[in-house]
Amino acid sequence: MTEEVVEAKIKELERLLENKASEDEIFRLIASEKSPEISFDAVIEYFQRKVSWDERIILPLSKHLFIVCKEGKAIVKAACGYEFGDFRINWKVFSKVRVRRTQEEIEELYPPFMHSDPEWTEIREFLCPGCGKLLAVEAVPPGYPPVFEFLPDIVTFYEKWLGREFPCEKVDVKDLTAEYIKENIKL
Amino acid sequence: MGIGPDGKTLLEILEESERLYRETGRYWGIERLELYERDPLRWERDRAYLRSLMVIARESATRIAASPITRSIGETCWVLYTPEGDSIVLSTGIIVHVHTMSEEIKWMIRRGYEENPGIKDGDVFIGNDPALGNVHTTDVHTITPVFYDGTLVGWIGSVTHQVDIGANTPGHDICTSSARFEDGLYMECELVMRDGKVFPHYYERSRRGVRTPLYYDLDEKARLAGNEMAKRGLIQFIEKNGLDYYLKLIREIIEKSREDYLARTMERLVPGRYRTVSFSETPYITEAWQPHAKDDWIHPLPMEITITEKGEWVVDLEGSAGTGPWPWNGAISPFMGGFWVVMTQIIGYSETVNEGFVKAVKLKLPEKCWVGDPNPYLSRQVPWYFLIPQMQALYRTVAMGAFSRGIVEEGASGYGMTADPVQGGGVTNGKTGHPPGIYYPISTFEIAGQGLGANAVRDGLDYGYAMWNPEADIGDVEEWERIQAGFIYLARKIRSNTAGYGERRGGSGYAHVAVFFGSDENVIQNLNMGKAFTGTGLYGGYPSATAYTLLARGVNFEQLTRDKAPYPLSDDPMKPEFEEHLRDYCKYIERLDWSTHFPRMLAEGDIYYFKQNGGPGYGDPLDRPLELCEDDLNEGVYTPEIMERVYGVKASYDEKLGVWRVDKNESEKLREKIKKERLERALNFAEFYREEREIILGSQFTRPVARMYQEQKEVSPRWWKEFTEFWQIPEDFIPEADELDEYFEKVLQKHRKLVDGYRSFLKEAGYDIEKVRHVYLEERR
Repeated sequence: MTEEVVEAKIKELERLLENKASEDEIFRLIASEKSPEISFDAVIEYFQRKVSWDERIILPLSKHLFIVCKEGKAIVKAACGYEFGDFRINWKVFSKVRVRRTQEEIEELYPPFMHSDPEWTEIREFLCPGCGKLLAVEAVPPGYPPVFEFLPDIVTFYEKWLGREFPCEKVDVKDLTAEYIKENIKL
Repeated sequence: MGIGPDGKTLLEILEESERLYRETGRYWGIERLELYERDPLRWERDRAYLRSLMVIARESATRIAASPITRSIGETCWVLYTPEGDSIVLSTGIIVHVHTMSEEIKWMIRRGYEENPGIKDGDVFIGNDPALGNVHTTDVHTITPVFYDGTLVGWIGSVTHQVDIGANTPGHDICTSSARFEDGLYMECELVMRDGKVFPHYYERSRRGVRTPLYYDLDEKARLAGNEMAKRGLIQFIEKNGLDYYLKLIREIIEKSREDYLARTMERLVPGRYRTVSFSETPYITEAWQPHAKDDWIHPLPMEITITEKGEWVVDLEGSAGTGPWPWNGAISPFMGGFWVVMTQIIGYSETVNEGFVKAVKLKLPEKCWVGDPNPYLSRQVPWYFLIPQMQALYRTVAMGAFSRGIVEEGASGYGMTADPVQGGGVTNGKTGHPPGIYYPISTFEIAGQGLGANAVRDGLDYGYAMWNPEADIGDVEEWERIQAGFIYLARKIRSNTAGYGERRGGSGYAHVAVFFGSDENVIQNLNMGKAFTGTGLYGGYPSATAYTLLARGVNFEQLTRDKAPYPLSDDPMKPEFEEHLRDYCKYIERLDWSTHFPRMLAEGDIYYFKQNGGPGYGDPLDRPLELCEDDLNEGVYTPEIMERVYGVKASYDEKLGVWRVDKNESEKLREKIKKERLERALNFAEFYREEREIILGSQFTRPVARMYQEQKEVSPRWWKEFTEFWQIPEDFIPEADELDEYFEKVLQKHRKLVDGYRSFLKEAGYDIEKVRHVYLEERR
């Protein structure tokens, strides 16, 4: 029975994430009770079936980025196969960045008067080096550190919230971004 | 002998409650919900009954009240509190006030009101100071103590949003106040009624203290009537069920909400750290009158949320803007108001939102940030201006956490900045049939209809969302024109290209054009984003377009109508109707790349453009299904130019059928080309890192940005340490900023360049630009 329920949820996720769900279905889902365990198993399986690689997905971050277990280490990996590094390091550090710092560059995207003053906030587009997909857009003042938007405590999540064994090597969940940059980017 | 249950003073009760929570982590130390366990159906029925008392009070009272904001928009709320001031149940409406009046009641208790002036049956207190418990001064609260058999058993609080609060300029969210002394009417939980009689000194002070005394008067009657209804209903409930039962029930209701909140978090999200940064701006160097306010500022509004193992939310505002000579300063109460109004919509929509929710959140505040600074002399007229951008973090946290759980339909990338509350007023001149010489206010409330952000499965709601009141709507034009007698609508229209780009686009904004007619001595002011994006999209989605100022002055509107000439219905800066239709009828057009402007005196015939914002997008725009792109074109959400550049969509217009058709093959080719090109033009992260670091070390910042970093060094030491460590720069580094005079000249030059560049653009596009005069900032000096 559980397998059938998970399969049904996988089909539902497919409709939702692939633009096949009606407005009514989306509204009904928002308004209805959730089934968190089923949803989690389904979303892992949904993405696992979609990607062409074999590493186990621990947690999906978006439609393109996943925390996976690779050789015992929890890393961020893209749907296209590109590997970003330890999940405790902001994945943006491993991406490619297009920065728009002038009016001309911003007006490639926005009509005149309908964008920020580029001296006040620049636009940063973070791209997947593997396939060129746009993964994040920041609109921040020049010099503002890239935002590490989500650092999930996956160990606590698996062990304490789901009551399951953590499916990879356990680590302390702390932000390692600055440390990585210090060791790896030459000034 | 105190006035509370068991003869205790209210202060004793409050302190005991706080001690028990501190010691046990549970509301009043409640280990088991005994009443709930004994008879859950009765428990739920009674909880619902108490809530219904609040809803009925609101529904009845809003029929008594007169102001359109109260009646049409429903900017009201009724709340039931415990004797020590914790919220139990609240009505629908502006639910931002779940916590505000709680703060006020506790402030009265701690301030010794029980002894002086005393709290008696038949008393009524009025408050509106955000530092004591409010969101902004325009929300006026009426707080009524409820006595049963000589014992204070609770409080009823109600709020209505005023059209005007007597500030230095007309309006309800003014932009012109730089200190408390310009904010207008303040009432510090003032005793205004005893034995059912309103004190004459309060009556006169309040009515003489606002520009719209009639609305103030009728709104106050609504609050008093609603409170009285709720009070009587509560007393009947206690008579039927007994005081002991009631007092036990209300504590269980609050504790259950606390437990439900933690459970809901653990059901839907993932523990860990979530970060969002938003921004706001004060572009006042050429706008402000007050010498100390003449500068430009950009305000960082980050929020870090850590969801703990127990499901608690630790909300850290390190890195947030400080306080200053603007009306956007806040306090805990406005912050919590903003927090709960959003959380009610995204986590607590099937729960009873009350003090129990508040207890599940831990707040970490830098003392000098805009929420923490207790200075009573700051202006707190519009904390919304910071609250609204900053609270997008909550939507984004849910969008990220719930997605990871497979609950992909929840959350959003943010929402459109709920702004553009055009405000002002003037005097009727009798030309349109209204009696001459009557003051009329401008108080458009279309701000209730912004675009919502997108998420992984849906586009954002178009022009239908306001974060501060999910039930609000933009109201009928006719309703607004009843009070805005000299400010006549010419058009309302979808505002193209405002929906944040994304695989799932943000909700679109809306725009309006109005003419001053049948009126003189008109002033108008506004606030919105413009110099900075307030937020951004999620996972590849872009921020929605910014706002800007557009008005035409010296318009001979009577001649235009005699000529039966077309007039502007909206504004697309790439095909502007103001420049097209008004060139022969106006003296000049003012275009600014910011929207928060001080009052302008406008004459009869002058035309003003105002607008709602779109919501941010979600996902890479190149992944947006082509059939949805075609819908966007046909609905006017985007123009074909933006569709091609941003979405990689080639389309042609079918003249016969009057519809846009997307060319699938050409679009797919274009998308591949854009994808390839953008990757080629991108930097490796290390190159980007070095470039940005050089900008910092060279202080290559405009003054507002340099001063933002200087401010954070002082306001948020922890943030500053992380900043310097990230960029590997010395902790004692101080960014250099232009001197004010030097910067002022740069601002004037920049505006000239902006206008000249725009005129060249229009000329190339075939506009007869010679007949159009645009005003430069330096001419307004």
